[in-house]
Amino acid sequence: MSSILIAIVVLLVLASVFGIILGFAAVRFRVEGDPIVEQIDALLPQTQCGQCGYPGCKPYAQAIADGDAINKCPPGGQSTIDALADLLDVDAIPLDAEHGEEKPKTVAYIREDECIGCTKCIQACPVDAILGAAKQMHTVIVSECTGCDLCVEPCPVDCIDMIPLPVTPANWKWPAPVSDPSLILTDRGRGQLLQGASQ
Amino acid sequence: MSRIFSFHGGIHPPENKKQSLGADIRLAPIPTQLILPLQQHIGKAALPCVTIGERVLKGQKIAEANGRISSSLHAPSSGIVTYIGPQPVPHASGLESDCIVIDTDGLDEWTALSPILDYQSMNKMDLINHIRDLGIAGLGGAGFPTDVKLHLGDDHIVNTLIINAAECEPYITADDALMRERSDEVLAGIEIIAHLLKPSHILIGIEDNKPQAIKALDHALRTSTLNIDICVVPTKYPSGGEKQLIQLLTGIEVPSGSIPADIGIVCQNVGTTAAIYRAIFKGEPLISRVVTLTGYALGHRQNYEALIGTPFTTLLEAAEVNRKALFRLVMGGPMMGISVNDERIPVIKTTNCIIAATKDEMPPAQPAQPCIRCGMCEQVCPASLLPQQLFWFAQGREFEKAKHHNLFDCIECGACAYVCPSNIPLVQHYRFAKSEIRTEEFEQQKASHARIRFEARQARLEREAAEKELRRKERAEAAAKQQAERKLAEAAPKEVSTDEEKATQLKQLKTAASVARTKLKKANDALKNAREKGLEGIDKLEATILLLEQKANEAQQAWIDAGGEQN
Repeated sequence: MSSILIAIVVLLVLASVFGIILGFAAVRFRVEGDPIVEQIDALLPQTQCGQCGYPGCKPYAQAIADGDAINKCPPGGQSTIDALADLLDVDAIPLDAEHGEEKPKTVAYIREDECIGCTKCIQACPVDAILGAAKQMHTVIVSECTGCDLCVEPCPVDCIDMIPLPVTPANWKWPAPVSDPSLILTDRGRGQLLQGASQ
Repeated sequence: MSRIFSFHGGIHPPENKKQSLGADIRLAPIPTQLILPLQQHIGKAALPCVTIGERVLKGQKIAEANGRISSSLHAPSSGIVTYIGPQPVPHASGLESDCIVIDTDGLDEWTALSPILDYQSMNKMDLINHIRDLGIAGLGGAGFPTDVKLHLGDDHIVNTLIINAAECEPYITADDALMRERSDEVLAGIEIIAHLLKPSHILIGIEDNKPQAIKALDHALRTSTLNIDICVVPTKYPSGGEKQLIQLLTGIEVPSGSIPADIGIVCQNVGTTAAIYRAIFKGEPLISRVVTLTGYALGHRQNYEALIGTPFTTLLEAAEVNRKALFRLVMGGPMMGISVNDERIPVIKTTNCIIAATKDEMPPAQPAQPCIRCGMCEQVCPASLLPQQLFWFAQGREFEKAKHHNLFDCIECGACAYVCPSNIPLVQHYRFAKSEIRTEEFEQQKASHARIRFEARQARLEREAAEKELRRKERAEAAAKQQAERKLAEAAPKEVSTDEEKATQLKQLKTAASVARTKLKKANDALKNAREKGLEGIDKLEATILLLEQKANEAQQAWIDAGGEQN
């Protein structure tokens, strides 16, 4: 009988000790905010373009955490979807065409002669990448521009172009080696021969 | 002679060095146009400090180093700057980059030079700045600004200085020729570096296929008081790789992600030492280098002392190129070099070799076949990686895994591709994977930067809105206060003080009374009119008239009270 009592007492003591430790840890190591939202947000391209239908990347990250689809981000494209799928352990799905398509990276360019200095694009820019003042010519800080397109629409004189980033030796990427589809050496060139014969 | 160790892997490709060693270093002709890319080194591109149309002298600085890791640029010959802008440059991409173009005048007129003869008594900092000022960058291949390496003694304990004279890549003999003919310059350069870094011993790593260079160095060393060892290593590619040479000479492996200085070693190329000698003793900036011109499409296969910025065309013509036989033009060696299509590109600080190969010499690559997992690549990898595994990851775009398999320790030596029985262009796959990973990392960085900016903007907008709200509230409060004060003032009986004010007030009252009377009269007329015509709303009019009568009376009374009748 006493052994049962001892067991119960020991278990109770253990339970209370661990309870205290857990309770302390819950207060001491409390995580502010939802860590998964932060992780999702870190994967999104931070263009803040709103093409997903949310007013920025963070709200979309929140929405994904709440169960929204992961394929609504055209600037991130397939690589972002893959990364999100990897993080959330769901299947990677193709980009939802409803929200736009994956385009090459662009930056905004203001045709400065035509700019009337209305400051509307400055107000639209989510990352403060446009410099200028009322009735003064505006210009884009290229290194800060995320290419979100948001400044194009408010411009009353349509003087903003989205131009693709130029490829320079500094940002040039090695291309993937193309693998030859004809695996057998003697097959090479046969397709051309056949084509030549049919003509 | 100290003990020689070994490194993993390595290959023995045909050397093909004899062809270019038949003659001494020849001076290449001064081209009519010199093209000087602003980016010839690792780090930031230099900033031009000359303008179009300006005449520059040989050795004059034309572009300033921009930032800590950067190198300045000097005019290799006298002439006029005719263009600053994009030009084809020696880069794997074949793209254009900013260059300074000088039309030479053939006079080759030097600017004033400032040699330092007694460098030992000079402040080290000034000495290194002098080297930086003269645009010295590593001539071995990477083009790392030399002054940065010479500063390593500040925060690292440098006990070994290794001079890389291995020159392991086939065809290239530029360093070999330099050591044969200018071993005293090399040695003087080593002495300067030793003075700056104060290493306890100095090792010159050289492959055993350069007996004449070894002899020349040995001869020069007899006069030196420094503790210098010539370490002859067996010929094996890539023993000239920095980390491989360190392992060969010291037996120490540089840890992944570290630099040699972390284990107390600094490496310098033998060509760089000669350039340092010239910078100090002659005050000459880095404006020329030894370039090997070889390949069976050339009539004269030998080493040339070429000005930096000399277009390949000039050199090929000087070497009597047979354009019919020329099949492939390679910059660098056959293992690590890149094929170039544009002959206009110039020699830069890192151009050690130009191979004009015939079709027999460098036939087009065989088609790649599937990997059969033979493991030969693993056996030759000098970095002890798993090339076949990296290949699978690169092909399957599993870059994260490739990174975990230490893809970035790959030195792209090409030994794996050389032995691959399936002719897989392995190095291309690694380069592709590396640049994909780098781009992704860059984009990640840019995204987090954008997020910071976005959040800062959001916070600013909120703060501004709050401030606006606060101001609005303050204004509303102030307005309410004013209103209350005004009401208070109105409620209090007005003390009329002066006669003038009294008169004005009286006048106002009189006007008010007469206005009220007129209004009453008009209303009466309207009433009369309405009665005559039998219009609707008579009751309303009557009520209005009553009100107006009352008001008129009040106004009259006020006027009388104020003393109006008396006037």
